[in-house]
Parts: sequence; structure tokens; C-alpha cells
Amino acid sequence: MDLAFTKEEQAFRDEVRQFFKDNVPPETRRKLVEGRHLTKDEMVTWWRILNKKGWGVSHWPKEYGGTGWTSVQHYIFNEELQSYPAPQPLAFGVSMVGPVIYTFGSEEQKKRYLPRIASVEDWWCQGFSEPGSGSDLASLKTKAERRGDKWIINGQKTWTTLAQYADMIFCLCRTDPAAKKQMGISFIVFDMRSKGVTVRPIQTIDGGHEVNEVFFDDVEVPYENLIGEENKGWDYAKFLLGNERTGIARVGVSKERLRRIRDLASKVESGGRPVLEDPAFRDKLAACEIELKALELTQLRVVADEGKHGKGKPNPASSVLKIKGSEIQQTTTELLMEVIGPFAAPYDVHGDEDSNETMDWTAQIAPSYFNNRKVSIYGGSNEIQRNIISKAVLGL
Amino acid sequence: MDFDLSEEQRLLKESIDGLLADSYDFEARKKYMAEQGGWSKAMWARFAEQGLLGLPFAEDDGGFGAGGVETMIVMEAMGRALVLEPYLATVVIAGGFLRHGASDVQKGVHVAGIIDGSKTYGFAQLEKQSRYDLFDVATTAKKKGDGWVLDGEKFVVLNGDSADTLIVTARTKGGQRDKTGIGIFIVPANAKGVTRKGYPTQDGLHAADITFTGVEVGAAIGDPENGLPLIERVVDEARVALCAEAVGLMDESLKTTVEYIKTRKQFGVAIGSFQSLQHRAADMFVALEQARSMSMFATMANDFDDAKERATAIAAAKVQIGKSGKFVGQQSIQLHGGIGMTMEAKIGHYFKRLTMIENSFGDSEYHLRRVSEAGGLV
Repeated sequence: MDLAFTKEEQAFRDEVRQFFKDNVPPETRRKLVEGRHLTKDEMVTWWRILNKKGWGVSHWPKEYGGTGWTSVQHYIFNEELQSYPAPQPLAFGVSMVGPVIYTFGSEEQKKRYLPRIASVEDWWCQGFSEPGSGSDLASLKTKAERRGDKWIINGQKTWTTLAQYADMIFCLCRTDPAAKKQMGISFIVFDMRSKGVTVRPIQTIDGGHEVNEVFFDDVEVPYENLIGEENKGWDYAKFLLGNERTGIARVGVSKERLRRIRDLASKVESGGRPVLEDPAFRDKLAACEIELKALELTQLRVVADEGKHGKGKPNPASSVLKIKGSEIQQTTTELLMEVIGPFAAPYDVHGDEDSNETMDWTAQIAPSYFNNRKVSIYGGSNEIQRNIISKAVLGL
Repeated sequence: MDFDLSEEQRLLKESIDGLLADSYDFEARKKYMAEQGGWSKAMWARFAEQGLLGLPFAEDDGGFGAGGVETMIVMEAMGRALVLEPYLATVVIAGGFLRHGASDVQKGVHVAGIIDGSKTYGFAQLEKQSRYDLFDVATTAKKKGDGWVLDGEKFVVLNGDSADTLIVTARTKGGQRDKTGIGIFIVPANAKGVTRKGYPTQDGLHAADITFTGVEVGAAIGDPENGLPLIERVVDEARVALCAEAVGLMDESLKTTVEYIKTRKQFGVAIGSFQSLQHRAADMFVALEQARSMSMFATMANDFDDAKERATAIAAAKVQIGKSGKFVGQQSIQLHGGIGMTMEAKIGHYFKRLTMIENSFGDSEYHLRRVSEAGGLV
């Protein structure tokens, strides 16, 4: 047992950190630090820089453009990326549909889709959740009927993140209504500009527009857009969700936010002294940092285990990552609210998220707090995560 | 970065797990508890036979030169089995003072007796007013010839009633809460002027309140006027060991609880089929894994060169262990229901030991304040 990083790993960390310093556009970084939304251009610009460096799809197999890094290197890369902070690669393409395509797709599909994911020519979005199918995803109703060499798709998806920018969607559709619910689902990808696709924005409680409803009205999709086998979509969806396990703890994001809390709390005064000098506040901050350190170590245990035994069999500790990671992210936004106090209130409805105009640093704190309530809901709610632990780990 | 045990460490783990599985079930433990001093001389001899008592000592001193991970393995296993024998007081703490601060002469006198199991030790540090501050020492040591004369009172000295030898902190200079002027002394428990009042502790271990009246002793361990850094270092090692013990306790407590709710039936079904209990158990698992991670972190931190960094990291681990231990311990009782309240069931004994660990060498609140005063962990 050796819990220290090797010299090579340290050198790798330095290399990654330096690359971010030299290449992340300062305005992009500033917006992330302040919890603002980035424009599409800002994200795409950065992803293309990353891709040019060869790090855009780092965890893919080498033949499709991956780096061949060890699990620990991936961990270091992610942590540095999150804590610099720089925008993370678009999960829907890079972490979700990409691995499904190179694992289950045909040669033709790999050639057609993978390079365009890597180069960010296609922006992908995820068509999983439906109004009646949240935690019980397998109850989904969106229907794909085969007609000759086409699928005809009808139904509705929801919580579709950044669908307003998307070129492509990967969609779980019911293709065998007679089968037991998990058995009759297929994984189909198609162009968001197809006739019959309508995207409607959903405004979330922070006032932002990240998610959408997406309607399909007799959308015609070529039959060959089916990934893998018909009615095996549920297996691919499980594979996809299992892939996302270690990133979800977002240790780097919370680290960055804790640094920001310390920084702001040393500037904002309360009772004639900086908030940071209030022992009660400082204790709360330290308690959060301790939880985060424990989570970081837990994550490293999972990472080290993956390196040894491959990704096939998840480490029992990995189920902890989502629950604790989301709780800590939420705590950090609560602490920011505490620092800012009464200046949390002003609501800048005119502050266009897509513009670069400078707002006072306080403006995004309450929205960020509101927005972060989502992290214990998405990606399998924390209650679903507890079901997973109790069944898969404890055998209850 | 590697969390796996080495081949030797794996063998050590197998050997201690095997030994305890064979001879330390709950019924055996009750018998050991009833022996004089509250623990088993025969078990202690077997620990010695297996080399467990010599693990951390240098090979030159007759030990095995093992590191923190080996102590972690042993303490975790001992937690799992609710071991009563004075490993912490003797090997970790007294052994720590000898390894890190003693002269060759002192090591020559004391180390062999620890390794062969013939002698046990107690650490007389706590005073009525000192609470968790290691520097708060009112017991005095006055120079006399080549040696010292000790006067004062020490409390809740673990293994204090059975110990052959006591390691005693005493003030050689300055005021009661000065950080300098503290010496560390080796006192034979049968020395003239030592009065011991032994008693069982809440968790089934034994301790003693000890009065020192004009007790004449020899040279201090290390610098008699600046012993605090050594005390802090050794107590940090004790905290790390307690973290590992607590992880063993929590692990076993959760396992026992999960087994129980799988078999206990109410309303015609196993109560473990109810989601409220399943989620509670899942939260216990989360708490346990976070604690396990911090126990490993503390083990690693023990080798940090920077004393302040080491102290902060270990304090952080103690906070996590305290928090997780309280949750896992309390909920284990809750999920057991009435049977969890009985002395007869093993589950309550994990809870009691976890509770006493929380209040040893600084509780969560104390260590949280230390972390926050050190400027945090990020």
C-alpha cells in the first residue's frame, strides 16, 4: 500500500496544469469560477483546443483517438480540469454515446460518428428521461416503429440538457411494446434537425436555460441509425450509466469552490471582521473540507481498483461517490450563500447568460445554490443510489 | 498510488484474522474480560508468538521494522474482534515513545519485554483539568541528583491497573499550560509513592486513576524540558491506530446489522425488505467507506515530514471517524431494535467502544477546531 503519487504521476499533473494555464481562455475560466453559464462558442472553442492537444476523448481506446493513460492519470487530468477550472468535455458525446458506439456499434457507425464527436462537429444530447419516466426509466413510452428501411419515432423526452445546441440525439425508444418493459427498448441515434423534432426550453429555478423538452412527431430516421441490436437498448443504457461513475463525485469542482469560499469569506465582513474569522463559520468550512478529503480518497480507491481489475466490476465504494459528491457540492453552495448574506437577493433578469457583460461577483451565488439542488436528483437520484447500495452491496 | 496490501501485509492480515477468528469470539471475550485485569494473559502471549507485539520496532531493537500500514491492519482486526488486550497502550503508545525518543539504554531496558509479551505499559497523561490539551500538565517533576521526583494525579490511564510500567508526562518548568517545560518519564508501576485505583471502563477495557507522591525516577525520555513534540507525535500515532480500530468496529457493526435485518421478521417479512431500513443501512455504508478512506489517509499522514501537516491530517481523520462512528454505532442499535439495547447482544459493545474512541485523545469537535485553526485542508 502506497498512497503517494509516483514521480511520473506528479510530473503528469504538472504538465496538465501548465497546459490549462497556457490554454484555457481567461474569460472562460472566470465565468466558471463565478458559476456562470458559458456560451456554445466558448465551450466549443475550448473543446477544440483540448482535442488538438489529443486530450479531447482521453479515455477512449487509442484506435479511436484516446490517450492510453492509466486510471490514475485520468483521475489527475479530471481533477486538474475541474479545479483549474476548465469546461469538462461534453459528457453526452464523449462519455456517454461515444463508448456505446465503439463498444456496440458497427464499423460504419464508428467511422461515421466517433471522429465527429472528438472534433466537436456534432453536439450530442441525451434522450432518456420522459415526463412519466424518471427514476423508473424503463417505463419509457417514446415509440419507434419500423417502416421499411426507416424508424418512425413518436413521443416526448424531457430534461434534455443543452438540446438547444445539439446536432444529434441518442434516444431510448420502445420498439417492442409487447415485451417486458426492459426488454423492448432500442438505442437509436438521429439528427436533431430531422423533420418533426421540436425543442422547448425549460427554465429552471435558478432562472437558467440548461434543460429542454424534446417532442418527436412522426420523425423519420434511417433504420441503420439503430446502435447494436434491436431491443437491447436497456443493456447499452446500463453500460452507459455505469461508465460515468467516477467523474460524478466532482471532487475537483468542490475543491475549486472551497478555495473560492475561503477567498470570498476573507473579504466579506460580518460583525466587524471577515466572515472567515468567525469560528463557527470556519468550523463548518473545515467540516466540509474533511468530507471532501475523505471523498477524494474514496474516489482514488475506486480509481486504483479500476486500474487493477478493469472497469467491468465496480468497486463497492463507487456507489458512495454520487451520494457524497452531490451532498458536498450542495454544501459548498450553501456556504457561499452564508458568506454573501443579504446580497444574495438581487436577481438580474437582464443579465444575458450568453453575453460577456461583467456582473458583480454576488450575482451568481443564489442561482448556483438553486441550480445545485439538481445534483442529488440527476444521474440516478441519491435515493436510487441508496437502493443500489442496499441491493448490490449489502444484499438487502 | 496503490491501495493493495503487499504480500507480507496480506499474510499478516490473514494470520491475525485467523487467530482472532479462532480464539476471540464473543463468548471467549467474556471469559477474557473476567480474568484478572480484564484481559487474557494467554492471548497476549499468543500475540507475542505471532510477532504482533514486535511489529513496529526496528530490527536492531529486536522488532520487525514494520510501518503504519501493519499497525492499521492489526488495529482494524482488533476492532473487529473487540480485543481487550492492551495493544494500544503498550505497543503503539509506550512503544512509540521508546522508538521515537528513548536513548539506547532505555530501549535496551524496555523494548525486549514488550516484544516478548512479558511486560505491559500504561500512558499516564490525562489530568483532571487537561481534557484534550496534551500540553496542559500540572503534575510536577523536580530535579533530584541524576533523576527526578514526580508529584501529581493522572486519570483514566488505559491498562493503568495491570501495567508493569507507566509512561508519565510531568512539568519540569513553567506554568500549567505552557507548551515547553514538559518531560516524559518512565515509572515502574510498583515504585514507591505510586497509588493506583483500577476500574473497568464503559467499553469493557480497564483503566486506573494514579497518584504520584514523591516518586523518584531516572532520566526522562528525550529532552525533559521540551517533551511536547514527542508527546504529540506519539499521540498522533495513537489516534491513527484508533481510527483503524474504529473502522474495524464499524465494518463489523454494519455487517452484523445487515445480517440481522435480513433474518429478523416482522409483519411476516424480513425487516431488511423495508426501504427505510435499506436506506439507513446504505447511509451507514457511506459513512463507513468515508471513515475507511480517512483511516488510510491518517496512516499515510503519519509519515509526513511536516509536523503541522501531519497533525492537521490526523485531526481531520479523527473528525471523520468520530462522525461516522457515532452514526454507524447509533444506527446499528436502532436497526436491531430492543435486542440492540441488551448487554447480551454483541452489537451494543461495538457502539460502546466506538463511543469511547470518540472521546479519546480529542473528540470530533476538538479536532474540527484544530483543522479549522490550521487553515483547513484544501
